[in-house]
Amino acid sequence: MAEKLMKYSEAVKKYDVVFGLETHVELCTNTKLFCPAHIEFGGEPNTQLTPVSLGLPGSLPVINQTAVDYAIKLGLALHCEINEWSQFARKNYFYPDMPRNYQISQYDKPTNGNGYLDVELEDGTVFRVPIERAHIEDDAGKNTHVGGADGRIEGADHSLVDYNRAGVPLIEIVTKPIEGAGDRAPEIAGAYMRAIRDIVRALGISEARMEHGNMRADVNVSLRHSPSDPLGTRSETKNVNSFRGIEKTMQYEIRRQAAILDDGGEILQETRHWDEASQATAGGRVKSDADDYRYFPDPDLVMLHITKEHIAEIDAQMPEMPRERRNRLQGEWGFNATEMRDIVNADALDLIEATVEAGATASGAKKWWLGELSREANAKGVSLEELSITPVEVADVEKLIADGKLNDKLAKQTVAGVLAGEGTPAEVVEKHGFKVVSDDGALEAAVVEALDANPDIVEKLKGGNMKPMGAIIGAVMRATRGQADAKAVTKIVMEKIKG
Amino acid sequence: MTNATEIVKLTAAEMGEKVRNGELSSRELVQAHLDVIEAAEPTIKAFLKVSSDEALEQADAFDKLSADEKAAMPELAGVPIAVKDMIVTKGIETTAASKILEGWVPPYDSTVVERLKAAGMPILGKTNLDEFAMGSSTEHSAFQNTANPWNTGCVPGGSGGGSAAAVAAFEAPLALGTDTGGSIRQPGAFTGTVGVKPTYGGVSRYGAIAMASSLDQIGPATRSVLDSALLYEIIGGHDLRDSTSIPAGPRPAAAAAREGARRDLKGMKVGLIREISGTGDAFEPEVTAHFNACVKMLEDMGAEVIEVSVPRIDYSLGAYYIVMPSEASSNLARYDGMRYGLRVMPPAGVPQTAANMMSATREAGFGDEVKRRIILGTYALSAGYYDAWYGSAQKVRTLIIDDFNKAFEQADVLVCPTAPTTAFEFGSKIDDPMAMYVNDIATIPANLAGLPAMSIPSGVASNGLPTGFQFVAPQQKDEVMYKAAAALEAALEDSWNGPVWQKMNTPWLDGLGA
Repeated sequence: MAEKLMKYSEAVKKYDVVFGLETHVELCTNTKLFCPAHIEFGGEPNTQLTPVSLGLPGSLPVINQTAVDYAIKLGLALHCEINEWSQFARKNYFYPDMPRNYQISQYDKPTNGNGYLDVELEDGTVFRVPIERAHIEDDAGKNTHVGGADGRIEGADHSLVDYNRAGVPLIEIVTKPIEGAGDRAPEIAGAYMRAIRDIVRALGISEARMEHGNMRADVNVSLRHSPSDPLGTRSETKNVNSFRGIEKTMQYEIRRQAAILDDGGEILQETRHWDEASQATAGGRVKSDADDYRYFPDPDLVMLHITKEHIAEIDAQMPEMPRERRNRLQGEWGFNATEMRDIVNADALDLIEATVEAGATASGAKKWWLGELSREANAKGVSLEELSITPVEVADVEKLIADGKLNDKLAKQTVAGVLAGEGTPAEVVEKHGFKVVSDDGALEAAVVEALDANPDIVEKLKGGNMKPMGAIIGAVMRATRGQADAKAVTKIVMEKIKG
Repeated sequence: MTNATEIVKLTAAEMGEKVRNGELSSRELVQAHLDVIEAAEPTIKAFLKVSSDEALEQADAFDKLSADEKAAMPELAGVPIAVKDMIVTKGIETTAASKILEGWVPPYDSTVVERLKAAGMPILGKTNLDEFAMGSSTEHSAFQNTANPWNTGCVPGGSGGGSAAAVAAFEAPLALGTDTGGSIRQPGAFTGTVGVKPTYGGVSRYGAIAMASSLDQIGPATRSVLDSALLYEIIGGHDLRDSTSIPAGPRPAAAAAREGARRDLKGMKVGLIREISGTGDAFEPEVTAHFNACVKMLEDMGAEVIEVSVPRIDYSLGAYYIVMPSEASSNLARYDGMRYGLRVMPPAGVPQTAANMMSATREAGFGDEVKRRIILGTYALSAGYYDAWYGSAQKVRTLIIDDFNKAFEQADVLVCPTAPTTAFEFGSKIDDPMAMYVNDIATIPANLAGLPAMSIPSGVASNGLPTGFQFVAPQQKDEVMYKAAAALEAALEDSWNGPVWQKMNTPWLDGLGA
């Protein structure tokens, strides 16, 4: 059943969009938030457990100090006030994936409050997203519903629970209501999520891989007629787990709510979910006052005391933040803003930086990662990082070119060999006997042969028309099985013509 | 010494000494107590489970140790002990006296049990209690009633009636309890034994099934003050697995008890808590009379006795009955049939969903008192009621702590009767929760304030039942009450020509031994 939607451009013209994001970031600590159970992605179900993560009678939580330090790092990166005293509270609700039937979270005393994040959009505009809080909490286990059509609980005949994820540390970053975004709200939401991902990766506190569920967001959207009106009723779309999904959820909710309001209807305060298959959000649970988590301070945990000294210690070790780093690298590499954005969008910043560090020029590194290698990754449907070539190997190929040992064509073949698992660039070159023909005698003979075979081209060249030079180079390449250096060929041709 | 009756009537400290000097083996100690358990249990019913095989194995393992190894162990090494079934024991069924946990065999040991094992102390079994330690008579056990060894028609108190009765009946020389509002001390008073709630955080709660986390504390149930001190020093001290554990070793309780036994209390200021010094209607006259006689004894030993006021103590019961059920409602949420313990499927015709299974399990698995407290606590924590109930109760708690701090500026240790009455008859209060709750009026304040407190026998009333005398010490000053209690115990035993239990009939011991 398709819902009525208003055209996006019309919706954002008629209504003022207010949105908020609650982003869950899974921390990459070695052990869980409240017990020493080891964490590893993809482990056998129910193998990463202790009495505490199973909530066995008598078990007690003990805070993982590393997780707290990670939260402080994120707080600093988001310009938050880091509270000297913060407190864990119990959020009580029954669900089979919750071993204690309460989540340990932070309520009125979160570790990080009141911050902001400056988000850079495609066109270079910077939008400031206000942050309400970034608090620490533990994750639930994972339910798998078996027997239904699409893995949903509806129609399933039984469910399995894996508690490996139960107790994994999360930070929930909650924005304040984001106003003034206008028609760019979906774009800002997407850019904000990417910025969060870049920050937590730079901090080394999360793998931030949405496809592994390391990062997910609840998207709140409401509309009102004018910015001076009070906030409208919002919908909350839960657990959206891709950047595109977040942007599409925003667009869809804006269009759906606008259509309802336009018809004089009322927005239900409800939780929805994004359905990738139908490219729509679907209604879920209607939220009401009945939702009562009975929060109270967890008496099993003492208050967290974070001293100014400790914050200063962590602050001193903070790595460069992604936006600052991009600006610095742009300067160092001499790229323009568009080129830099292409690099960021291709997820190639780290790779290019590593390639440059291994000795390649910035333009050389960019040429490979955004050209040949991006095409290869696209064709295989993998990320650049997942290609079986390292930045060092790319730099090695660049060095072989610079030293005149490979020409462009041979370099591509060498890279193809590396990607095919034939070994390092040196090994591939060795194996295939790739060699630029730099023996002037042999090259000269091939050039003479090519010129003799194409008298008309010779005439044109002599007349100053350099366009057919490519044909001569091509002929020489064929004759030398691609091992000729194009620059050297051009040089000899010019000498012959003048001669 | 092969007579079981003679053996079991020794203090635990004496047993430990005989083990050290080779007069007795740990196995002989365990066997003597197993013999008493066999004879007494049909009447007393203190144990939910007797772990004879495990206890004998532990005893044999201890007996095999070299003299040097034994010499390096605590004084109570080799002496057996009973453990309240609220405390998790690896490989031994642990139920909290609830149907919802029936059959659950824990895969881990609580910290206190680990420490007992390291001290070479065999575990005789798991003792009865009110379900999830909710009650003051042990009648709320889902499995059995435990009899008071002084009068088997009366309750042994609660919730730790099993531990107290086992120790009083000589089934065990020592036992562990948990005390949330008096569950170690009030049964101590009812059974003529010594019950101690240490400073909150003094003994690790890791492995103690939680009722109300901010109030629960594990402590010793024994027949003498020194035994209590020795046991406390074994189980006490910092534990990284309990965030509320105090990062320090146990207090020097045994040295204080030995010092106190010299009966010199010069320089000690004893404060009578005016609001609960036994003058109110709730207090039986003989309880008050015994209390006053004990105060006189303390004075005779050189203590300066003054009256102090803890004015907001009157609000203790109210605050307690908000905080305790609130925390309990959350702590008991985990018993849902999903992972362990009882699972009851919904009746036919009702959708067989996880939510309905949880409801059916909790409906069938919890007793009335547990349900009553879950409902109370759920209500008190509800949105819109939190500030009025839980929030206010916590504020009252802070005020009571302030009051105690002021009282301790005037006195080194505070005293009051442990319970307003002697043990009552089975069934007499079971249908009147308020009457049951009021029995804890003098024990609850120490839990709210996190203070160490101790009950010792103060005499036997004309109804043949013992009365209790309570000491309350400042936080982390447990040794002060051990010293005063040991002095009073020595003076009382002098006046009785022996321990209070000489006044108790023990028909189950007849015919044992020889």
